[in-house]
Amino acid sequence: MNAIILSAIWGVVMMFSSVLVKNKGAFRHIAALGLLVLLAANICDSYGPSFFPINTHDMLRFDSFGLFFNSIAIASTLIFVLLSGKDIEKAGSYVAEYFVLIFFVLCGVCILSSFNTLLMLFLGIEILSIPLYILTGSDKRNLKSNEAALKYFLMGSFSTGIMLMGIALVYGGTGSFQLEVIRSVFGSYKGVSFLEVTGLLFLLVAMCFKVSAAPFHFWTPDVYDGAPAVFTSFMATIVKAAGFIAFLKLFDARVADTSTAVNWKMLFCIIIISTLLIGNITAVFQQSVKRMLAYSSIAQAGFMLFALFSLNDFAREGLLLYAAAYSLATIGIFAILLKMKDYTFEGFNGLAKKQPLLAAANTVFLLSLAGIPLTAGFFAKYYMLASVVKTGGYTWMVVVGVLFAAVSAYYYFRVIQAMYFKDGEGRTEEVSGSFKIGVALLAGLIILFGIQPQALLNWFYF
Amino acid sequence: MIPVLLILIPVITGLIAFFLPGEKAPKIWTLLSAIVTLGVAVAGVYSHRAAELNFDESWIPMLGARFSLSMDGMAKMLCLLTAASFPLVFGATYRNDYPKPGNFYGLMLLLQAGLMGVFLASDCLLFYFFWELALIPAYFLCSAWGGERRIAVTFKFFVYTFLGSLLMLVAILYIYFRTPDQSFALESFYNVQLTAKEQGWLFWAFFIAFAIKMPVFPFHTWQPDTYEQAPTAVTAILSGVMVKMGLYAVIRWLLPVFPEAVAHFDHCVIWLAVAGIIYASLIAIRQDDIKRLIAYSSIAHIGLMAAAIFASHKAGGEIGLQGVMIQMFNHGVNVIGLWIVVDAIEQQLGSRKFSELGGLAQRAPGLAILFVIMAFANIALPLTNAFVGEFMMFNGLFRFSFAAAAVAGISIILAAVYTLGMVQKVFYGNTVPRTENAVDSDLSVKLMLAILAVVIIGLGVYPQPMIQLTNDAVEAVITKFHSI
Repeated sequence: MNAIILSAIWGVVMMFSSVLVKNKGAFRHIAALGLLVLLAANICDSYGPSFFPINTHDMLRFDSFGLFFNSIAIASTLIFVLLSGKDIEKAGSYVAEYFVLIFFVLCGVCILSSFNTLLMLFLGIEILSIPLYILTGSDKRNLKSNEAALKYFLMGSFSTGIMLMGIALVYGGTGSFQLEVIRSVFGSYKGVSFLEVTGLLFLLVAMCFKVSAAPFHFWTPDVYDGAPAVFTSFMATIVKAAGFIAFLKLFDARVADTSTAVNWKMLFCIIIISTLLIGNITAVFQQSVKRMLAYSSIAQAGFMLFALFSLNDFAREGLLLYAAAYSLATIGIFAILLKMKDYTFEGFNGLAKKQPLLAAANTVFLLSLAGIPLTAGFFAKYYMLASVVKTGGYTWMVVVGVLFAAVSAYYYFRVIQAMYFKDGEGRTEEVSGSFKIGVALLAGLIILFGIQPQALLNWFYF
Repeated sequence: MIPVLLILIPVITGLIAFFLPGEKAPKIWTLLSAIVTLGVAVAGVYSHRAAELNFDESWIPMLGARFSLSMDGMAKMLCLLTAASFPLVFGATYRNDYPKPGNFYGLMLLLQAGLMGVFLASDCLLFYFFWELALIPAYFLCSAWGGERRIAVTFKFFVYTFLGSLLMLVAILYIYFRTPDQSFALESFYNVQLTAKEQGWLFWAFFIAFAIKMPVFPFHTWQPDTYEQAPTAVTAILSGVMVKMGLYAVIRWLLPVFPEAVAHFDHCVIWLAVAGIIYASLIAIRQDDIKRLIAYSSIAHIGLMAAAIFASHKAGGEIGLQGVMIQMFNHGVNVIGLWIVVDAIEQQLGSRKFSELGGLAQRAPGLAILFVIMAFANIALPLTNAFVGEFMMFNGLFRFSFAAAAVAGISIILAAVYTLGMVQKVFYGNTVPRTENAVDSDLSVKLMLAILAVVIIGLGVYPQPMIQLTNDAVEAVITKFHSI
């Protein structure tokens, strides 16, 4: 509860600070302070004391899974603000408001990690989405940014409509918004009604849209490309991971395992494979690193969907690990991308000569995204594959996943090749010493989790 | 503690090497590091105390993965090869100048650590970890310091091996869930009960990963290009030590875990290997580049080793496996010797093409004598180390299938054709404009080659110590087969 309430409060505090404080740089520090407070409060919550003993009437349920994810999300946001805070100042003129919106998004993230009724799911999704529409269009003089915001808003509204329809149908079928009731209905052997199955399918579509799973991914590259890169970084990491956590909670305990109306496993198979296929193959043909990252985020979503397919303990632990590994690496890459003058692959040519530290850190991030050992990304992918193998009988899907992981190495390594082995200017903007240290520390963290993932996983069982 | 040191010394010294300035400092530093590692490896070979040779600590308890290393005879032999080849290569290429020497030598030492880890790991996840880890420095070394086509070629090498490794990962995961104690330990993998059908596909998932690394026909296409384009010091390590990863992994992880599948698919693999031997030997004859010739010759030699491994489970076949064991060491020694000569020629004359070389023996007699010894070892002439190994391998293969042994035997003649052809074209005949003003190689190169020559002849005359060293591993594998 701490995180939800405090993020909303800090958002309001920052809103007022925009009136009182005139120094643009100060907002970054206020936001970082707020995130530190949020993180501390969330960790307190994890160990027991909640500062806001509010009766949520079981509409929200706080468990170690959700609270741990909150910590990951808040810590990632803190790293994001520390590394890319200055670039937020360049995105547009309403600097404080952007930070406010980020806090409101975090509020949505925290609701999504602990919702227990479909109403809270809906609220969480909306609280998370609406600030994002604004952030996407924050560079208001840029036509691409405007177009992206409009596209995102329209598509988002459609998916909201579909989600509401799904919730209504599920409610009509089961008579409740509570997850337990829905689960018990779907888990019973009496069979499920047309309403319930259709409702759940609608929910599936809406959630697939939110996490940009194929074939509902079409908005992703355009929106990610059009939005200011600094917000793309935020959207592609923390927000997306939150979407997955919500998705997992919704379909957890195999909501519809006993239902014969829909072959859920096969449905997920089709979604996963098409997501992996579209994400990876299209990423190969991109000329801009930013667009490549947009498509690679679709591909990574395909990997995270493995958790939804298998829904066992490996899947749950793995999704948290994936959220952390993927978010950290992507925030790192975007932070470096923001410093580049040219977002194409050629723009990275010769970066290792000009900025050896940035190139080395970027290499660690890319290796992590590709899932190479010694980086956190390896164990993230490992857990996802392990969860499916543990399910039994679907090893062929793991093989398909692995083949696409090899394809993904192609486009991630293109950046490494450009940085190290090609001649070029590698032109960057002014890079401060503290930024370099920050990026190096982030790379160190990824290697630490790669050698000793237990360090992260231990937290899960606090 | 010895296994940990073998990994830790190169890792730590390698990381330090990245920050060493200038030309000389990294060279001296890495040479010293490699010599210390060699010392530790020698100590390991002579040690018989289990406490010194084994290490076992918890790594990821949640997964049941342990940081466990152990050093049996086979691991001792391969660690010795790894530890010995680095100072030899560093010594022989001491005068070479690489741009950014700190990075070059740092990556070389990290590569050494990865290789050591592969040979020492007795936990499958750890093994996979090091398997991939060895690949990353190799990728950077070849891509940054190689020839003109290095980027595309190395990338092909990377994607090939990465794909193979990932397939292996899937198989590792599958077996992991079938082990009763949910562990990656070597023993658990050995004792896992798998049906014939499961063994079938798991076998191929593992085999493809190893076959790409060795490489065995038809998974070899990355190899000649990569050997050609990589800087020669790296090529020496790739062909001298890294390909042994594949052979080692087959003996350590494939044969004992999937005995039924091995018995089922042995003909298929052996004929693939034999086809590769003949194919690579024939192509080697037509090469105009020394590096490419040695690369194809290496495919042929490795093919024979692969065939002998898969023939070893039949009665009397253990002699073939024993042959493979010592041949892994011998091939490493011989091929590193060849690469050192190639590097010496290339550094001095700036060419590796037969058409541009000739008569070098008149100008560099010392190098010529040493090269001829290496070449004889490559043909497996009696009195050289390779003869013993090849004799034992053919012996094993012969007991498995007369036809396979007969066809593979043709490679002995072909090897003589291309190797002696190479010696003739480079060292004998009249000098050409490029070699007219050539001089004999540096003392450092000749010293390293002389050490190798002593090893070649020493093990050729008296191979018993090497056979004894690896005897325990051969017996363990064969016992496992005969118990099913």
